[in-house]
Amino acid sequence: MIRKIVLLTFIIGSSLIFIFQLIALQLFNSDYSKRSLSNAIEKRPVYPTRGLIYDRNGALWVANKPVYDLMIVPENLDAFDTLELISSLNISKEEIHQKISNANSYSKKLPSVIVRQLSMAETSKLQEKMWKFPGFYFQKKSTRDYILPIGSNILGYTSETDQNEIKISSSKLTEIDEIKLIEIKKVVSDSDYSSKEENESLKKKVTKPVFSYSLINELMKNYDLGEMIGRQGIEKNYEKELRGTKGLQFFQKDRFNRIIGPYEDGKFDLDPQAPQNITLTIDAVLQGYGESLMINKRGGIVAIEPKSGEVLALVTAPSYDPNMLVGRDRSKYFNKLVKDTIAKPLFDRSLQAEYSPGSPFKTLNALIGLQEKVIRPETVFTCDKGHYYGRGSFMGCHNPIGTKSDLIKGIYSSCNSYFAKTFVRLINSQSTPAEGVDLWRKHLEKFGLGNFLGYDLPIGKRGFIPGSNYYDNWYPKGSWGATTLVSNAIGQGEILTTPIQMANFTATIANRGYFKRPHFKKVNSKKINDSLYPKNQTLIEAKHFETVIEGMHQVVERGTARIAKIKGIEVCGKTGTVENFIRLKNEKTQLTDHSIFIAFAPKDNPKIAIAVFIENGYWGGRWAAPIASLMIEKYLKGEVKRDWLENKMLNGSLMAEYDKPILGKPFTIND
Amino acid sequence: MTNNVLYRLDWLSLLIYLLLIIFGITNIYSTTLSEATVSLLELGSPAGKQFWIFIFSLFFLPLTLYINSNFFEHLSLVFYILSILGLIGLFVFGQKISGATSWYLIGGFSLQPSELAKITTSLLLASNLSSIQMDINKRAFLFKIFLIIMLPIILILMQPDAGSALIYLSLFFVLLREGMSMKTLYFGIGLLLIFILTLVFDPIILSTAFLIIFILIYGLVLYYSPKTRKTPYIIGLVVSIVFSFSVNFIFNTVFEQRHRDRFNIILGLENDSKGIGYNINQSKIAIGSGGFSGKGFLNGTQTKGGFVPAQHTDYIFSTVGEEWGFIGSSGLIILFTILILRILYRAEKHIQPFPRIFSYCFASMLFVHFFINIGMTLGLVPTVGIPLPYISYGGTNLIAFSLMFFIYLNLDANRLN
Repeated sequence: MIRKIVLLTFIIGSSLIFIFQLIALQLFNSDYSKRSLSNAIEKRPVYPTRGLIYDRNGALWVANKPVYDLMIVPENLDAFDTLELISSLNISKEEIHQKISNANSYSKKLPSVIVRQLSMAETSKLQEKMWKFPGFYFQKKSTRDYILPIGSNILGYTSETDQNEIKISSSKLTEIDEIKLIEIKKVVSDSDYSSKEENESLKKKVTKPVFSYSLINELMKNYDLGEMIGRQGIEKNYEKELRGTKGLQFFQKDRFNRIIGPYEDGKFDLDPQAPQNITLTIDAVLQGYGESLMINKRGGIVAIEPKSGEVLALVTAPSYDPNMLVGRDRSKYFNKLVKDTIAKPLFDRSLQAEYSPGSPFKTLNALIGLQEKVIRPETVFTCDKGHYYGRGSFMGCHNPIGTKSDLIKGIYSSCNSYFAKTFVRLINSQSTPAEGVDLWRKHLEKFGLGNFLGYDLPIGKRGFIPGSNYYDNWYPKGSWGATTLVSNAIGQGEILTTPIQMANFTATIANRGYFKRPHFKKVNSKKINDSLYPKNQTLIEAKHFETVIEGMHQVVERGTARIAKIKGIEVCGKTGTVENFIRLKNEKTQLTDHSIFIAFAPKDNPKIAIAVFIENGYWGGRWAAPIASLMIEKYLKGEVKRDWLENKMLNGSLMAEYDKPILGKPFTIND
Repeated sequence: MTNNVLYRLDWLSLLIYLLLIIFGITNIYSTTLSEATVSLLELGSPAGKQFWIFIFSLFFLPLTLYINSNFFEHLSLVFYILSILGLIGLFVFGQKISGATSWYLIGGFSLQPSELAKITTSLLLASNLSSIQMDINKRAFLFKIFLIIMLPIILILMQPDAGSALIYLSLFFVLLREGMSMKTLYFGIGLLLIFILTLVFDPIILSTAFLIIFILIYGLVLYYSPKTRKTPYIIGLVVSIVFSFSVNFIFNTVFEQRHRDRFNIILGLENDSKGIGYNINQSKIAIGSGGFSGKGFLNGTQTKGGFVPAQHTDYIFSTVGEEWGFIGSSGLIILFTILILRILYRAEKHIQPFPRIFSYCFASMLFVHFFINIGMTLGLVPTVGIPLPYISYGGTNLIAFSLMFFIYLNLDANRLN
């Protein structure tokens, strides 16, 4: 009997063992499914071309252009004429051999990059000869094309992500979406989704694959190696909008990792979602004009539309052509820009440079004085060609001895004594100087000083407005008084502002008491603007502004900035001349004064508020005022009539001034 | 008579046979599908070729069914000699394909005589074992039987095609069924155990273990029945130790590295994922990724990507696993099991020895193919390149196993009650 069941036992036994093994492999081991996905399915992201950028008038500013990577599949390589290939590629023979051997050792069957980001012009010569180079081909990519070569400081730049940036996220992603894919496959037939929002968003593509919503978010967040990413400015700040959402294509691979076709006829493919185009508040004409006016000068111009807070121009000098940071010479130029530590072209002076605001600051002190009732518009102070504010301490003034000034005259003649006295009164108006300073500071903070303005560019500086605690730190408690900080009365002292902060307080004055947060992305309607950018009210009543504005008007009409007068436009402004020092050979060395001008126009219903800062330009009326005036004229009238002034400003150069401290020779200033 | 044969036919087996072949062609089609494949019946594609060979085989069905059953028994020696000549002829006219001279090339077709020799060896073995004067435990007779089996094995080993030769060892089950001492089974299992243990452990350690076990058992035996003869135990011990050392020697010096690797991977002595165990690994990935219900016909990503080598021949079961999932692959195993058990069941019903023994040979060979092939694809048995009958792509194998099946049907239908 036993003989009859030997084979039977073996058969049933092995069948059972096989079925147990099948259960183990197929039902209780998801590891195999994951490994199958990873070795048989290739996921390729599809990148939408980056969003376009327009100026406020709809002029196309930033677009995209195709560039080509020269690729190679070593397996298909055949003998070719190296010299012919490299002649049009600007690459050395050794370099190309090195690249090919690297590609070879990476994979014989998979493509590798030989030369990155060739322009259309460079490739067109080769395209028709490509049959001579088996194994080589061009892969199209997209990079930025700056149609208007201006505003690099606003736009920022894009570059490819590098290994360090993506290392963590990409490895995570692979795991996440593989697991998701398995889950999703099971979900495809069902139609119940967890939340309403997901349901809504998925409804739109009923016929399309059902990817979980979180996967899309996951994809959105993660960058692939070599993917374009915004590095600075608008490109960085609006990265999410400009980038769009990349799509995903699934491909079936063979055992050599070669793609042999779409996976399940693209059933799971995810279409990329087009990015948003962005309209900036910048007026490209004004921006370009400002940049050309700043050639051979250093400093910044910031122009703001007071009513909306829209930045019309943001100029820093020196700057660079944004197209320099595109294409395969990007790093070469970028290094050059980084290494220029003297002119600092990558340093945005309009946003990052903290200067003493100088005389334009007097307008704010006047306003605070009026509000706190330490002066009235009729208050007259006598100037003695300066002002003694302490034992042996004297603040000079350019007004002759015995000049009697009321507030308006004090402003248009920029009388230091007037504002010093006002300031001392202000500080002493409270029971202690500390309270006086803090009151003053509270007012200034309402003008957006001493802190970040919150505009939509990634860089900036706070500036500085000292409070009582600051002076308490420097001087033992109680040992300081109004006279200690009197320099601040005329915008020298401890206070620091950036050009955009100056433009912003100018806009506040133009608005008679409020500002809207400066911003660069234009919104379509006034309503949205109002909700996004509510009015920031100062603590100063509107009536006080009229006096100060009249004073500023007189500055242009009969005061220090008569050169800024524009026919047919009532310009209000205030010049400034700021002493400045650097450390040269370990000695505090004074350089030629900075030339400053703030202005807005027209006086009633202002359309533009502007701050111009010219480093070492000497007095305010010399460079800053004319440049501001030209900018205003250009913006309000569309063209500049004063050719002589325009030419003087366009062609004028301060390079000799900037060379002085670095030449190592003794030099004179303010000449 | 005609009606009678059809009436008495083993329709269940025939149905399973047809199901298996259709399922096989379906999977070959899926595995080898490429852009170039235009139609299923195209002769150039493996699936088409398999289909036409199947049709060709079906022509033998009526032919085989209506032949008098005695024909097979009487002509078994002639068939056997012809097939042995066929095997010998390979050394002259054979075509060398991937290292083994196992094929004749006739026109566009290749013919593998070792497959056909499976039938003839079974026939001759059956006819010899069914002779009246046979006594399987007589040395002279046993020698004759061994000769019948060993002759094709030796010729096939010389090709060399160890996989095919291994199949002939399945006839061991037949000998056991027909009265060979059961000790040979225990002996065989014992040797197999020692073989595996030797690969896992060092022979010296193993011998020490044998010695300790021997002393324990012998002590116990002596304690309970002091009169027991000690010689068999001592012989057992010596044989175990000698076998262990010789296995170690053969394994390390006679075997080639690839053979060693196959054993080592199965026994878990070596761990690799992309190297030597690549086939098994990819096969397991394909099967494992099929899940419960599979990825669907033509949807296997591993299959499409061609990750599993020889997938339409030896590794066809991985396609089944991936595309038809647990349902399909366990279904196939069950179908196969039912077929083999059915053949065994019908075999035992024969009164005459010849049809019983032949059916038994057939079932044993089917089983060993099934066991080695699926075991290998599932990573349970060392890699041995043999096909899965009726499923794998391979013309001669399909013809041979079809013919064997038809002979089985004939014998079964014409049984004497």
